[in-house]
Amino acid sequence: MPAVKSLDELRKLKEEALEKRRAKTTAGNIQVTVAMGTCGIAAGARETMRAILDSIEADNLSGVVVKQTGCMGMCEMEPIVQVEVGGAPKVTYGKVNTELARRIMKEHVVGGHVVNELVIPAY
Amino acid sequence: MREIALHLLDIAENSVAACARDITIAVDEDARKDRLLMIVEDNGKGMDEDMVARVVDPFVTSRTTRKVGLGIPLLKAAAEGCNGYLHINSAVGRGTRLEVEFQRSHIDRMPLGDLIGTWFELLVAWPQIHWIFRYRASGGEFLFDDAPIKKELGDVSLSEPSILTYLRETLQEGVKSVQKSQEDIHASSQIA
Repeated sequence: MPAVKSLDELRKLKEEALEKRRAKTTAGNIQVTVAMGTCGIAAGARETMRAILDSIEADNLSGVVVKQTGCMGMCEMEPIVQVEVGGAPKVTYGKVNTELARRIMKEHVVGGHVVNELVIPAY
Repeated sequence: MREIALHLLDIAENSVAACARDITIAVDEDARKDRLLMIVEDNGKGMDEDMVARVVDPFVTSRTTRKVGLGIPLLKAAAEGCNGYLHINSAVGRGTRLEVEFQRSHIDRMPLGDLIGTWFELLVAWPQIHWIFRYRASGGEFLFDDAPIKKELGDVSLSEPSILTYLRETLQEGVKSVQKSQEDIHASSQIA
């Protein structure tokens, strides 16, 4: 097994994350869920989720939990992404490519404004 | 799907849906024997013989939102079209092991694709699952077990920005080191 990054390095990162949490600079309680059924994967959901994770890294967004779920029965709307901020109702977005994922992260997750034209209306 | 790594993601999602606690994803490239072998193994709820026999059929799925599943049948067809096979061993209450092999140099074999992306996302999206990833090629091996990392992190989330960077780089460096050893072997055989 080749040498990988050390756990010492991880320990340092953990301390920093805990420090940030104590300072309450985290966004707090934001959950982003990507539908990762066969239909979602075939429609590009892996790239969509990657764009979400990349924007968390790039914009240093603390306190965002990214999850996956299976097929939601709306395969024609995949990739589907749901965003839940604090106690606000869950918002479901459809046909979220990487570019739209970055936009949702910027406007909804960071800015707090639902991106209305991407919302799946009847959901 | 255009990549083997996307199929591996799809199959691992089946393991998650089967309530597995431990999931292993292994990729074994053997240039000498000209084979590419992938294994996804879980300790989820498993399937009985009847279900295993039918699961490669396009008209079987465990999902309730739709009645047709295409993930496994598509992968099986792709493997068989490349002098390969897809086998499933499963036992109710014990888990499932799916093995799929391709002739590595077959003209129709889809590329392995973004294996790191598949692993990285599974790891972050399903933190309650114990993940083991293995990549072998031409004598080199990268073995990733998330247990020590999670033990160290405690209740700190894997999706914290700096932790994401750590995980992504760990996977990237590991896979790259194996691919490099493969290139070295290739280069030396060309000299010979």
